[in-house]
Amino acid sequence: MSERDPAAGSTGGPPEEDPRIAGERHPVAKMIGIGIVASLVGIAIALIIPWFPVSAAKSADKIDTVYDVLLICSVPIFVLVMTVAIYSVWRFRARPGDMRDGAPIHGNTRLEIIWVTIPFLMVTALAIYGWVTLDDLEAKQPNELIVNVTGRQFTWSFEYPAQKVEANELVLPKDRPVEFRIHTKDVIHSFWVPEFRLKSDAVPGLTTKIRLTPDRVGNYEVVCAELCGLGHSTMRQFVRVLPADDFDRWAQRQTEEGQGGAPSGESGEGGGAQGGAGGGATAAQGEQIFTAQGCGSCHTLAAANASGTVGPDLGKLKNANAGFVRQSIVDPSAEVEQGFPDGVMPSDFRSKLSPEELNALVKYLLESQE
Amino acid sequence: MTLTQKLFAPGWYRAALGTLFGFAFGMAIVVVVRSLYGWDPVVDWNAIITVGALIGAPLGYLVGIGCFDYWFRWASGAPTIPEDHSGHGAYSWKDYFRVNTDHKVIGIQYIVTTMFFFIAGGLMAMLMRAELAQPGTQFVDPNTFNGLFSVHASIMIFLFIIPVFAGIANYVIPLMIGAPDMAFPRLNALSFWMLPIGGVMMLCSYFAEGGAFATGWTAYAPLSTETPLGQQFFTIGVQFAGASSIATALNFLVTIITMRAPGMTFWRMPLLVWANFTTSLLVVIATPFIAGSQFMVLLDRTLGTQFFDPAANGDVLMYQHVFWFYSHPAVYIMMLPGFGIISEVISTHARKPVFGYRMMAFSLVAIVILGFTVWAHHMFVSGMQSWLRIPMMITTMLIAVPTGIKIFSWLATLWRGVIHLRTPLLFALGFITMFTLGGISGIMLAVVPFDIYVSDTYFIVAHIHYVLFGGSVFTIFAGLYHWFPKMTGRMYDETLGRIHFWMSFIFFNLTFGPMHLVGIDGMPRRVADYAEQYATWNAIISISAFIFGLSFLIFLYNMVTSWRHGPAAPGNPWRAHSIEWQVSSPPPVFNFDEIPTVVGGPYEYGVPGAVHAVFKEEKPAAVPAPAGGGGAPPPTNT
Repeated sequence: MSERDPAAGSTGGPPEEDPRIAGERHPVAKMIGIGIVASLVGIAIALIIPWFPVSAAKSADKIDTVYDVLLICSVPIFVLVMTVAIYSVWRFRARPGDMRDGAPIHGNTRLEIIWVTIPFLMVTALAIYGWVTLDDLEAKQPNELIVNVTGRQFTWSFEYPAQKVEANELVLPKDRPVEFRIHTKDVIHSFWVPEFRLKSDAVPGLTTKIRLTPDRVGNYEVVCAELCGLGHSTMRQFVRVLPADDFDRWAQRQTEEGQGGAPSGESGEGGGAQGGAGGGATAAQGEQIFTAQGCGSCHTLAAANASGTVGPDLGKLKNANAGFVRQSIVDPSAEVEQGFPDGVMPSDFRSKLSPEELNALVKYLLESQE
Repeated sequence: MTLTQKLFAPGWYRAALGTLFGFAFGMAIVVVVRSLYGWDPVVDWNAIITVGALIGAPLGYLVGIGCFDYWFRWASGAPTIPEDHSGHGAYSWKDYFRVNTDHKVIGIQYIVTTMFFFIAGGLMAMLMRAELAQPGTQFVDPNTFNGLFSVHASIMIFLFIIPVFAGIANYVIPLMIGAPDMAFPRLNALSFWMLPIGGVMMLCSYFAEGGAFATGWTAYAPLSTETPLGQQFFTIGVQFAGASSIATALNFLVTIITMRAPGMTFWRMPLLVWANFTTSLLVVIATPFIAGSQFMVLLDRTLGTQFFDPAANGDVLMYQHVFWFYSHPAVYIMMLPGFGIISEVISTHARKPVFGYRMMAFSLVAIVILGFTVWAHHMFVSGMQSWLRIPMMITTMLIAVPTGIKIFSWLATLWRGVIHLRTPLLFALGFITMFTLGGISGIMLAVVPFDIYVSDTYFIVAHIHYVLFGGSVFTIFAGLYHWFPKMTGRMYDETLGRIHFWMSFIFFNLTFGPMHLVGIDGMPRRVADYAEQYATWNAIISISAFIFGLSFLIFLYNMVTSWRHGPAAPGNPWRAHSIEWQVSSPPPVFNFDEIPTVVGGPYEYGVPGAVHAVFKEEKPAAVPAPAGGGGAPPPTNT
């Protein structure tokens, strides 16, 4: 440490004093001072930035707090690195023609112990905090509303087993804990509502779960966060958070409609009722089916205000006859429109739609030609 | 040579012929098997492309270009020349276009090839940013867009960052440890020639029916087992790049373990050697896992196995576990060699010993070990066993400790140095600051509750680019500028180098910094289109990205013109101590007329009279050119 490069030509002076910082008293103390000020400013800026979308669930606030804590821990570390780097370059920069070597310092055990111990303690504390928060987020709640979420290319559908409701939009009561049970019919999707903060993949062969309590009335988007193919960026659905009474009314109405033969159910009892109601297939029913099955996330259809671009425009069919339309729905690979890839459209509509529903949909599509 | 002779001698003519034969052979296998089973159609082009074009043709090309000639001769019992140097060294530019066993030629081949793929991947990024500059669809349809980011990532990872480090190390490591070449020069050549196959395949996937593979570089099953033919170009391309990588890593391990100059103990190895030693351990252990994962996808697709089909008790999550068991260590494969470069650059250009040398080496080893215990942090929202998230969070955060040791030690190395702010050091400083940011966002992502929110958003895109561009690529630039005089024998243009640094540093931050914001604001990644609310930031990001892209042209111009017309470089322009700088620039074909003897540490700057290595004839340190003459090995301990 005390040894000085003879080439540097400097002799004498206490070992700690580099001639270049000799005039300065306590360069380290000065850096610490600058560092503290910069950290405080940095933390203030970091906390002022409105990072997150609005929070619409109790869990959201906890996650936002985690982020704030992480910011508060991170800023000083970054400031430390920047301060030392900038100070060193400023103070110890070689002048032109300077052929000296630096001080032959090989290490400092005390310093090294410090910069192993402090980060270790910091990350341990953060890990414990993360663990506790996670347990808190995922704890089972009383009186949970169960919602089955099902993803498929490229739309979401929702089922409320207790209410016997199936729906194409997600409607939730405010302030009641919800447990989502997430499934997929094809590839991996990821169920995410940014305003709720939580997400979970929908995995073939598994049921995954998330729990949360919506606490803000409003409309938000359900986003697919895992790349699921062509229409991934269009895989969006809506979630409405309603006051508890409004939700009950909504569920009631859905149940009644379901029994009246609306295009929702393939589940047990509901299906039987539909069998009888199907005789008079109308284009209006077809429109409901078009919306409910999420056709619009991939196809354009001016009549239904749908603007998907993954599949062909259904308002401009080349071959607008019932046979072709029916075949294209139940067996999409039979004849693939030029310029569109095969194997993207789900091929299970034969089992998902009753013959009457299929009739209604075909009728609707034929009537919607431009 | 007549054409017939050319067709039988190793080289491009025979390579073309071999490619054709390979394709025909693969096609014949498909047709014969299909007709034996009576499958219709007998001529199935999807299968023929897989077996013929993607497997048969590349193997035929490798045989044709001459990678196996020596081994075939040996295996068939024909006479071989043990000291055959006919394929060694470059005497004209043409020697770079044939199978060459000289590690320096192979190093240059690697670097130039990977730069080509870097440009290709970069252009795809530009096209993506053009599409994302405003909401809606402007330039490419969603399928092409998904292909763009998938091929971009695959090319950058498998054809740029991993192999360019292999290229730099190929050039520098044997010189640094005082070895005449790598341990297995012919294997080294084979490793290089396998590499472009993977890259060409990935680029060619755009021409496949149904477009390029569009499942991300992660290729999650079951999406990847269902998508069109282009996916096969990825699953097989990765095998070639992976095999290349494994063979090179084995070569480095054997070279570093057995071919160090006398006196070079492990504790006298430069940290770049340590870095490549540890990286090679990672490659050898981990890379077979991605090969396995892609083979399973390939078999599911082509032979109808059901590894990832839940309807047949296949397991979708298994893909992710196997994939990430490679692909997390892969980020260290893409980072540790850079750590080595930074240690060399900072110590040399700040004229100070690396602070805490042994801790720097130990921290590399610690990262290797911890690196194998964190893979599932990529799967916090994947639906895996929930308890597994906690240990993975803890190990992930613990990696901050050895990484912190490195950052702090570099800073301490700068302290009281004599800092020559040349381009390599500028990039090293840029690396330290940007990698710190990437590391900090990495710690944030390790905290499960926060990760649940931001995974699969642009926050991840920002993080990965801070780590892989602000981290790895900045170290690559630092290394290329640092060793440019050694590799080419010419000096690069310092002013252009500085402009390159400042332009890329500023616009790198303007490009990827805002991605943190839009990510936390809820913009998912891998989307061709996005909501109106993110439009302003995306426009800013795109404009910055274009200028950022242009900054690379300055680098390219600097490299090309300096290589051709730059002022001649002395043997040791940076007055460095390590051995590669003690020979001429560029070094002689066999590196050393005489193997040096190592007598001290590699970074003894400022220690009076300290020397790292001596050559026999001239005992004093800085020998500007290789010492001549043969004779007995010099006595150790001068």
